[in-house]
This record gives sequence, structure tokens and C-alpha cells, in this order.
Amino acid sequence: MGNKLRFLVPLLVFGGLVLLFAKGLELDPRKVPSPLIDKPAPAFELPRLKQSDATLGIDDLKGQVTLLNVWASWCSGCRVEHPFLVKLARSGEIPIYGLNYKDEPADALNWLRRLGDPYTAVAVDRDGRVGIDWGVYGVPETFLIDRDGMIRYKQIGPLDEETWNSVIRPMVERLKAEAS
Amino acid sequence: MIRIPYLLLVGMLLLAGLTARAAIETYPFSSEENEQRYLHLVEELRCLVCQNQNLHDSNAELAQDLRRQVFEMIESGASDQQIVDFMVDRYGDFVLYRPPMRRSTWLLWFGPILLAVVGVVVLLRLIRRSNSGQAPEIPAEERERVKRLLEQGRD
Repeated sequence: MGNKLRFLVPLLVFGGLVLLFAKGLELDPRKVPSPLIDKPAPAFELPRLKQSDATLGIDDLKGQVTLLNVWASWCSGCRVEHPFLVKLARSGEIPIYGLNYKDEPADALNWLRRLGDPYTAVAVDRDGRVGIDWGVYGVPETFLIDRDGMIRYKQIGPLDEETWNSVIRPMVERLKAEAS
Repeated sequence: MIRIPYLLLVGMLLLAGLTARAAIETYPFSSEENEQRYLHLVEELRCLVCQNQNLHDSNAELAQDLRRQVFEMIESGASDQQIVDFMVDRYGDFVLYRPPMRRSTWLLWFGPILLAVVGVVVLLRLIRRSNSGQAPEIPAEERERVKRLLEQGRD
């Protein structure tokens, strides 16, 4: 190695570190990749929020591309995304099912009455056991599930119009096209 | 008159004890061994909400639920490995404080050793080079001067 090139070595090392750190800054440590992507959605059978004598299970979701939104009335992020969910539901693009996570059913019903109900049906997971099966660690979370009941995508944190348009809608359209 | 603040302090400390107790639930383990396994597992598993705490230390709701899950699995006869697999299947390798050894984590495991080896090699080369160099020849006139100075000092 020439003598002059040797002085470039620290510079190159430094440059490499800068690139690594820049990349690291972009990553969000709160977003833990789910091992459930492209795996069958975990089975559940829970009472429905609005007709507590009936149940909602994973089989009710099969046969169509759906969203399963995990929410609770105590969760502030859920409040942020709620108007968008209502709008999305109204557009009829995709059925949205809810998993009401560790919530009081009365509070949940009240919330839907006040803020609008975007859900085709809501399952009540009072003690959070189904949440554990789904790897839920911070509400809101939203799962994209295909016709065969496979999880295709997981949105951690509030779902907004931008993420829907840029990430999820293209996947939904592809999944719908694939199956037909 | 010192009494009242003193009593107040004692009272507050007692109350603080109550809240601290509430944070750690006690489970009725069927055996000492099960309890030890439980304590070991909740130390090894990470809480996903407060990411720099393990299940044992965290007071997040999810950590409480996962502790209950670990307790129930132990009491129903699951092995440690089954419990760890259960958590990894749902939350990914992230729940493990000790990352597993596999190709994607080789750099993580061996990177520090690799860096240390590189450092030692560089250091050895530097040392060898500074030793191998001959001491520079001192010109005759300089030597004369040194001799003169030394002799002056002797007087």
C-alpha cells in the first residue's frame, strides 16, 4: 500500500461508520418484525362485542382479504387512526374486523357509538390471550390477512392514509388479483 | 414537634412498600424447582413494550400477561425450550436477551472478536516496526559536542 493511500484508511473507516449509523437512525427499534408474516393466522374463537352470545373466529375471516385491527378504548394511537378506519370502511375496499384488546366491553361500545364503527365485527379479547398468540405488543396493530387466512402484513402503530396508499393497498390489490 | 413529620415519613415509606409489592405478583408454584425455572425464564425473556427490561423487571401490562403465560406453561408441564419457542413463534428472536446463533447473527456474535484480532495484529505490527528500525547514526560533530558537554558537567 502506498504511503499516501494509508492516510485514506481512517477516512474510509469513518465513512463506513457514518453510513452504518445513518442507516441505524432510520430504523425504528419499536417496530419489531413479526415472525407471523406469511404464516397462518393464529386461530381464535371469541365473543363478539355487539352480540356477546355469538362468537367471532378466524374461520369467519377466511374467503376474503381482510384487515384485523387490534384496538382498545384506552389506547391513544387507536384514537388517532380511528377516523381513517371509518373512512376506509365506508369506501368498501376491504372488510375491517376488530380485536378489542384488554378493554372493558362497555367502554369499547361507547367508543364505537361516539366515534363511529368501522368494523364488520369485533372480537373481545379481555384478558389478552389471543393478543399473545398474535404477537401483539402495542396497540394499535393491524394485520392484513389473505383469503386462505395467511397473515401477509402487519402494521405496527396507527394506520394512516399514506401507509394505506403506499404499502397496504397495493398488497390488497395483488392478493385480490392472485386469488381470482 | 419532630414527631409528626417523622410519622408522616414512616407512613409514606410504608405506602411506598405497598405499591412496590403490587408490581410483583406471586404465583402458587407447585414446587421449588418450578419457581426457579420461572425466575430464570423471566430473566431471559425481554419485554417488548419497555425494550430494555426483561419480563422480570417490567411492570408493563404485556409483561404481566407474559409472566402469567410462563407460569401457566411451567405448571402445565412445558419444558423451558417449549416456553422459549412459544415466545419466539409469536414475538420473534427479539424476545430473547441472548440472540440465537445463526447465519444472520454471526456478525453480532463474532464481530467483536474479529475487531479484537484486527486490533492485536495492527498493534503487533506497529510494535515490531518500531523495534526493528536501527537507531539513527549520530554524526561525528554531534558526538563531539555531547562529549564536550559531558566533560563540562564533570567539572
